[in-house]
Amino acid sequence: MSKSEAASNGLSRRKFLGASVAAGASVAPGISLISVANAKPVDQAISDEKRWGMLIDTNKCAKGCSACVDACNTENGLNTGDEQNSRQEQKAQWIRKVDLRDKLTGHEVSLPLMCQHCENPPCVDVCPTGASFKREDGVVLVDKHICIGCRYCMMACPYKARSFIHEELTNQVENTPRGKGTVESCTLCVHRIDEDTNNQRDPACAEACNTEGHKAMIFGDLKDASSDVSKALKQHSSKAIREDLGLNPGIRYRGI
Amino acid sequence: MKKVNYLEIEGRSRGFLALLGVLGVIVLAGLSGMYYMEHNGHYVTGMDNQIVWGMPHVFAVFLIVAASGALNVASIGTVFGKAMYKPLGRLSSLLAIALLAGGLMVLVLDLGRPDRLVIAMTYYNFKSIFAWNIILYNGFFAIVIVYLWMMMQASMNKYYRAAGFVAFFWRLILTTGTGSIFGFLVARQGYDAAIMAPMFIIMSFAFGLAIFLLVLMMGYRWTERPLGDEMIRKLKNLLGVFVGAVMYFVLVYHLTNLYATEHHGVEKFILAGDSEHTPIFWFLQILVGGVVPLVILYSKLGASRLWIGLASVLVILGGLAQMYVIIIGGQAYPLDIFPGMEIVNSSFADGNSYHAYTPSMAETLLGISGFAVALLIVTLGVRVLRFMPDSLADKDVDPHHKG
Repeated sequence: MSKSEAASNGLSRRKFLGASVAAGASVAPGISLISVANAKPVDQAISDEKRWGMLIDTNKCAKGCSACVDACNTENGLNTGDEQNSRQEQKAQWIRKVDLRDKLTGHEVSLPLMCQHCENPPCVDVCPTGASFKREDGVVLVDKHICIGCRYCMMACPYKARSFIHEELTNQVENTPRGKGTVESCTLCVHRIDEDTNNQRDPACAEACNTEGHKAMIFGDLKDASSDVSKALKQHSSKAIREDLGLNPGIRYRGI
Repeated sequence: MKKVNYLEIEGRSRGFLALLGVLGVIVLAGLSGMYYMEHNGHYVTGMDNQIVWGMPHVFAVFLIVAASGALNVASIGTVFGKAMYKPLGRLSSLLAIALLAGGLMVLVLDLGRPDRLVIAMTYYNFKSIFAWNIILYNGFFAIVIVYLWMMMQASMNKYYRAAGFVAFFWRLILTTGTGSIFGFLVARQGYDAAIMAPMFIIMSFAFGLAIFLLVLMMGYRWTERPLGDEMIRKLKNLLGVFVGAVMYFVLVYHLTNLYATEHHGVEKFILAGDSEHTPIFWFLQILVGGVVPLVILYSKLGASRLWIGLASVLVILGGLAQMYVIIIGGQAYPLDIFPGMEIVNSSFADGNSYHAYTPSMAETLLGISGFAVALLIVTLGVRVLRFMPDSLADKDVDPHHKG
């Protein structure tokens, strides 16, 4: 049996089970009390049934607002006064705000920029040990245990999305282990999205943007046609940064 | 032409011990620099999240490139059948191994986690050019050592031509791999060019030969062994050809970029910018490392060994300058993340001006110590094994020698 056949059989079996349970829990046709079709226990392996992504609407992103950056720093224990010796250019930053002006028209936009979680990530291609890797669900991560700190991924990333840890760190947060001499970048808050379906939360940046009322960052499953992000992507035109490179990032932008 | 007699050097003179002492001190200084960097973390270096590869890479890549070039002298004897070069084969191979060892030491000690070297040797991502290079470097050591063995053991001589061919092709692949580290980087304006691989090969010819010439002339002068003028003349002419070829490749690289509008920014930055890269390119790389050596080598000055030695030193300096411009300059020019847009504000040093880099003493010392390690290996190598013919006088090695 080929891999794709196995996957489709597995999918149909799961769908069948899900549908059966859902049918049992439905009170009337079309109305169900619980939905288990997407439930994923924490110990279940990551699969390619999902592809996590985000749509960032630059029209809604407020210039001068850094709620997403602050939330990311707090969530992942960055910039907590820990990197005291590092110069500004050496400090880790997983997400940053960038203000742009169109050279021809003068049109200005403000946007958050982080790891774009490419389908074909150059950082993963160049990593000699395989420490830089892409999960089945599209999240690009660094395995801190086998990163040798060669920094080739930083040379290869077209978005300059990665940071190198230039000194010893203490006071790390539990969900984000970090280490001197290794490279790191946005994880899309995997520790949040890997939770059981019921406890799943948006990445800290998107959550903060919503709380702030801007609602410029829509996070979700790009493969699920009913997800907010898929619906928004279908409705509006959007672009990937450096689309010419053909990397198919999971992060898309409106208004650039 | 008589049979070549290889002999260890005596190595009892004060000069020999002084040489070992000086090289040893430089190695120690480099290792102290490395300890300082690794103990504190890279914050004590000039490197940051913009300039991620600094001085250690400049030296390491230079040495690795020069290593494969140093083997060329042996290849000319073995692969191209030039009898006069055959007696140089052993020294050329030793120098190649030594330079590679020096370069790799610097490269490894600059890693964020040098303690994880074993991971680099056991976990491979075969799509990574870096991973290929790890295999190519290890293979180079193995192949050149076998090549040396075939040359040095009389009963194995019959295989030495075959080993020489393998080594020659391996070194071409190796330098292709080194050049491709940069050639395959699509993200950066200064890289992403197929010409990088052949350019690195021709650079290796020049840098490797310049170092070989210096080692040869100094080695024979200090041991007071005869070294023929014809031999030197041939090698210095070859060096001139290689230096000219490097300049040709540099010209083609920049002309190609200048033709494409999208590369005008990076070209202006390197060729006519206000950073240190512009004077380093024109003054050190082109003038000091290219034009001046060519004038020396092909003018009357080229008859003097002192001037040939000086030309070789200038080629090495120019080569380091070229590596600096390629490696640091290529990173200093900001990424074009938003083509057509101007970055007004960013908290992560994006923007339209270039990234500055001020190398620290520690990282520079580590880089320089790569040279010292290589020369230490050569010095000890010729002391304990028979790498150097007792005479390279023209009458002893030149099949066309008259008189």
